[in-house]
Amino acid sequence: MFLKSRENIIRFLFFLVIFLLLFFLGSIFFKSLNTTKIFVPDKLIGRSLPDFTAESFDDKNKYFTKNEIFNEKKYYLLNIWASWCGPCREEHPILIKLSNDHNLELVGLNFKDKKENALKFLNKSGNPYNKVLIDNNGSVSISLGAYGVPETFLINEKKIIELKFVGPLKNSDYKKILKKINYKNEN
Amino acid sequence: MILGQIGFLLLVSSLIFSIYLIYLIYFNYKSVSDIISIKIYTFTFLQLITILFSFFFLIFSFVNSDFSLVSVYQNSHTTKPLFYKISGTWGNHEGSLLLWLLVLSLFSFFFLIQSRNDLKKYRLLTILFQNLIIIGFLVFIIKTSNPFLSLYPVPLEGLGLNPILQDPALAIHPPILYLGYVGSSIVFSSALAAMIEKYVNKIWASSIKIWIMISWIFLTIGIMLGSFWAYYELGWGGFWFWDPVENVSLMPWLTLTALLHSIIILEKRETFHSWTLILAIISFTLSMNGTFLVRSGILNSIHTFANDPARGLYILIFLSILAFFSLIIFYLFQPEKKETTRFFLFSRETSILINNWFMIFFLVVVLIGTIYPLILEILNNSKISVGPPFFNILIIPFLIPFLIFMSIGPRMNWINTENKSIIKKKLLHLLVIIIIFSPMFFYFDKKNILSLSIFILGIFLLLSLLNELKEFFIKSKIRNISKIISHLGFAILIISISLNNIFSIEIDTNLKVGDSYKFKKYELVFQNISGKVEKNYNSVIGKFILKDIKNDIIYLNPEIRIYENPPMITSEASIKNNFFYDNYITMSNIQGGEYYNIRFQKKFMMLWIWISALVMAFGGLLRVFKK
Repeated sequence: MFLKSRENIIRFLFFLVIFLLLFFLGSIFFKSLNTTKIFVPDKLIGRSLPDFTAESFDDKNKYFTKNEIFNEKKYYLLNIWASWCGPCREEHPILIKLSNDHNLELVGLNFKDKKENALKFLNKSGNPYNKVLIDNNGSVSISLGAYGVPETFLINEKKIIELKFVGPLKNSDYKKILKKINYKNEN
Repeated sequence: MILGQIGFLLLVSSLIFSIYLIYLIYFNYKSVSDIISIKIYTFTFLQLITILFSFFFLIFSFVNSDFSLVSVYQNSHTTKPLFYKISGTWGNHEGSLLLWLLVLSLFSFFFLIQSRNDLKKYRLLTILFQNLIIIGFLVFIIKTSNPFLSLYPVPLEGLGLNPILQDPALAIHPPILYLGYVGSSIVFSSALAAMIEKYVNKIWASSIKIWIMISWIFLTIGIMLGSFWAYYELGWGGFWFWDPVENVSLMPWLTLTALLHSIIILEKRETFHSWTLILAIISFTLSMNGTFLVRSGILNSIHTFANDPARGLYILIFLSILAFFSLIIFYLFQPEKKETTRFFLFSRETSILINNWFMIFFLVVVLIGTIYPLILEILNNSKISVGPPFFNILIIPFLIPFLIFMSIGPRMNWINTENKSIIKKKLLHLLVIIIIFSPMFFYFDKKNILSLSIFILGIFLLLSLLNELKEFFIKSKIRNISKIISHLGFAILIISISLNNIFSIEIDTNLKVGDSYKFKKYELVFQNISGKVEKNYNSVIGKFILKDIKNDIIYLNPEIRIYENPPMITSEASIKNNFFYDNYITMSNIQGGEYYNIRFQKKFMMLWIWISALVMAFGGLLRVFKK
């Protein structure tokens, strides 16, 4: 009887150890889930923005080159958006907040959109952009190495990509951007 | 648009069928009748058909470039060739999960039909567990990864243009790997069911063996295709990198291989019950774990892509529930220890047990190498990556005893090998082979000692297997031919890898046009360069000639591509292969000058590495069809 119960205790302890081990692994996985940043190819970050030209949203047939768009020694936020894209609505309030920061110029690249829809969208939810450009066939976005809409690039005064965000901007991204642009200005 | 809605409705109805099936199973389980009610067959079939059609509708939307669906919009493009439009269906998260689900229900249906001779309650429970998994996936797809999510207004063009993903090997790699992963779900469900029904015996072993074999075959081919893609298309310049995502698919392969062996003992000798069950449970848990790690993007690897943490969380919860429940079932229903079936040291049982120990050891090494960086990052906030040296040190030396056991083990008899002369004969063979090949140790560099030893043991294994083949064909002794062929595949793999290690030449030099470079028996001549203008890039093509002593000439044309939009320079390797080696060359310009940096590799036995994996899978296939 005693032997039998001792065997049982050993068996129980054995399972307890496995259980705890699994629990440990599970919590490690769980924590990793929250710390993982979205995987962005390192290639683009730290590189200078590729050259491109894009049509102006306001004047038809007027084209801007990269140097004309990013002409001041300032931080620029290039945001690819479209009126039909749900996540763009989600991040819109953050863009509006960012547009209040004087150290930052916002450039919107309107992706494969109908002009009237885009205008409606800006009129309804507010226009955070200092400049709006058009990317009708998506070629500009592809040349920027974008995955989809929305996507946002933080470009410094040397026209180097400092941060890149795939998908809608979150509040943590907002803080990150603020930290970057204000840190540089204090120095 | 409308097709997408129907596709979604089909998924929802499939969920309803699955829940109803569980209800049916409950009542059928309690009834006294010996047969499974026809309703269960009907609803399992309906469940399969609804998922199948919803998958077809998704393919159809991809073929038609229906950009009203988010998944089509994000992953397809009107100018894609038809083949890649179709393969694009499962080339993304949502579609690939639907494929998982399809295979899951397909296997569950086949199991129901194929297991007719088994115990009713055991079959019902297996289908029950299978349905719980299906429901888990259905809810996951419907809640977080709906492939039929629609977009309004409808975009004119899709985003999916990425040319790297347009590759034939990549198009079939995921589905085949999935067949392997999902096949192990049947093994898992049936192991739990057999445990509860006290059905873990000879009959169960011989009926479940075919499912283990099927998932092992697909996993083998799936892993090989992934490796093939990385070598030829990504130009990684090798066949295995111990990349986390590769490791994650290797882990269930190791446990399935162990299971494949231990199930034979259970079938023939009715022993190792608990151990076999543990392997069956681990195999599927590791498959799910692989899906979790890849899909959630928490691994630091080239393969993992951005993903929603909510998805990762769901799979993690699902995975934990599966792991804990199977652990609890195992605790409660673990087969009682019967009077120990005895066997002696020199027996087939021992040799299979040794195989299992090695497999588990390799598994632990791979598991630690893959997960340790994650643990460290969380606990210590430091990022490390575990590279090939870790795996090479811990795995390669252990291959030496492994190969010796693998050559001798299958010649042992069950219970006890009374005639020890066969072992003595084998060891004598080994000695002779070592003596014959020992001059190689003096000829080659010291750093090759390990590879040489592995090579010699690979030859030893190959010869023992050829001997068995001879006995099968000439002396027509009864031998398990599919086992011999699979082991033969493994011997070829080991020999190829070791030769690849020993003989591969890699040179890295700077040359200008007209230069030549001599190494060993070869001469590499940089003849000229020419330019070419293509639609979206300009290219510089080098013309190289590789001469050997016998004046055999091979032309190689590596390319530098200069894309304008975005400005990007890529170098395209030129690979010329024959039966025994691949010539692999890349070039890149040095600071706009006339010199080019040339990387040339002569890689031995590359083709045989892929062939050997196919031979291994073919051996398994023979067994499946022999039944």
